[in-house]
Amino acid sequence: MTEEIIIAGFGGQGVLSMGKILAYSGIMEDQEVSWMPSYGPEMRGGTANVTVILSDEPISSPIINRFDTAIILNQQSMDKFEDSVKPGGLLLYDGNGITRHPERKDIRVYRVDAAEEAAKMESSRIFNMIVLGGFLKVKPLVKIENVRKGIAESLPERHHGLIPLNEKAVLRGMEIVKQVFEPDSK
Amino acid sequence: MKGNEAIAEAAIRAGADAYFGYPITPQSEILEYLMAEKPHERTGMVVLQAESEIAAINMVYGGAACGRKVITSSSSPGISLKQEGLSYIAGSELPCVVVNVVRGGPGLGTIQPAQSDYFQAVKGGGHGDYRLIVLAPQSVQEMADFVDLGFELAFRYRNPVMILTDGALGQMMEKVWLQEQKPRMTIFPDWATTGKTPDRERNVITSLDLDSAEQEKFNLKLQNKYRKLEAEEVRFEHTDTEDAEYLLVAYGTSARICQKSVRLARDKGIKAGLLRPVTLFPFPKKPLKELAAKVKGILAVEMSTGQMVEDVRLAVEGKVQVEHYGRMGGIIPTPEEIVDAIGKNFLK
Repeated sequence: MTEEIIIAGFGGQGVLSMGKILAYSGIMEDQEVSWMPSYGPEMRGGTANVTVILSDEPISSPIINRFDTAIILNQQSMDKFEDSVKPGGLLLYDGNGITRHPERKDIRVYRVDAAEEAAKMESSRIFNMIVLGGFLKVKPLVKIENVRKGIAESLPERHHGLIPLNEKAVLRGMEIVKQVFEPDSK
Repeated sequence: MKGNEAIAEAAIRAGADAYFGYPITPQSEILEYLMAEKPHERTGMVVLQAESEIAAINMVYGGAACGRKVITSSSSPGISLKQEGLSYIAGSELPCVVVNVVRGGPGLGTIQPAQSDYFQAVKGGGHGDYRLIVLAPQSVQEMADFVDLGFELAFRYRNPVMILTDGALGQMMEKVWLQEQKPRMTIFPDWATTGKTPDRERNVITSLDLDSAEQEKFNLKLQNKYRKLEAEEVRFEHTDTEDAEYLLVAYGTSARICQKSVRLARDKGIKAGLLRPVTLFPFPKKPLKELAAKVKGILAVEMSTGQMVEDVRLAVEGKVQVEHYGRMGGIIPTPEEIVDAIGKNFLK
């Protein structure tokens, strides 16, 4: 199994840390992982994205441009990455601020309204964990207890009090994610 | 762990005595990690942010002259500033490890990854007839491993070692196994300037000799050392070369991407293979020459306009068609692009 994932959105949405938690969770499952961020001036308030690969085998190229999964968190990223999902792959997005919804009919499309849910839960900082939960519901690549370990591993110790809230957010994401389109369910 | 952090932690565990550096993207995490980790409390290692790259490399020169394990790091524009110091260090035959997390150039260029400092790294870089031992990691694991290997080679040959990596490897995270803590040295090499004792002559570290005959003799000595490196320290890896018809040659990040290209090409029925130089100096000339006799074409893949390709051509001595494929300015080629380049160059 190799899963090639791009997570893309605005800087500040927790794109990079979500990728990091996913990668750490993969390590807890004894998978090979790579985490390759976009870095540079575009991160300051602009777009941010990270490529995460989880695999049973050693990872060849950490740099790829076709993905099994694209997790899209803003319109710019939708425009940029919708076409890079492999046929049969998954596009998961947050509908907040999306003006042009995904159009492809050869990929699985799911939606998780994490921004809205985070507002309801009164913490914008857990937005990314709601998204992660949505993703893991559709593709259960790592076990929830390993996600917990992944969160613990990537949060500095002084923030370990936030682990339960983050975990709750992951579970909430699993509940609210909804199918928009499945190629074979026409 | 990020590649940059792996280098920093590996330096502590290799028993380094000091790191001197100056921040520059995309390698600032090395200095940041060392500052946060406070290695002075762990091993006594000194970490110092110098006032400039030039100051940092001269601190390395001083530390190395005392026989200490000293390391510095920077990225392309900063490495250019260090060239004078590097030439002096090579001319004084001193060991040290210098990390170049390459970004696109020339000039300030970009902060995105590139491999356009190949010439500077393998052909000398500063003035005078000298070489660095150049190691090219392709993973976060090797970023860590090559620090200790670098020190080992640097001390064995009394020669500066460069770890030539790039922004992609510096910024990416992968799993990494770190070696156990090595103790710092307590006995120093006999050439080190550790204070004269009555039982020996004064040790002198200098790169200056105004006697031309002596200077020529010294240059020949250096050349002998480089020939010995070429005979004994060439490192490389190959993937799927046994039956390959088309050979990719790539190092570092490009080599990682090419591994995937080899698989994609083979899925399409193109028999591709990969030779990956691990040491860029000494360059794996012999294995390349041997493979050149067996393949129909060689494609050198680099994130530059074509630098290593010159060494590939020299190695194969015209026996086979050698082409170059590269992206520059901070753009990383995709595995698919490289497969297309094999097609365009050799399968018309």
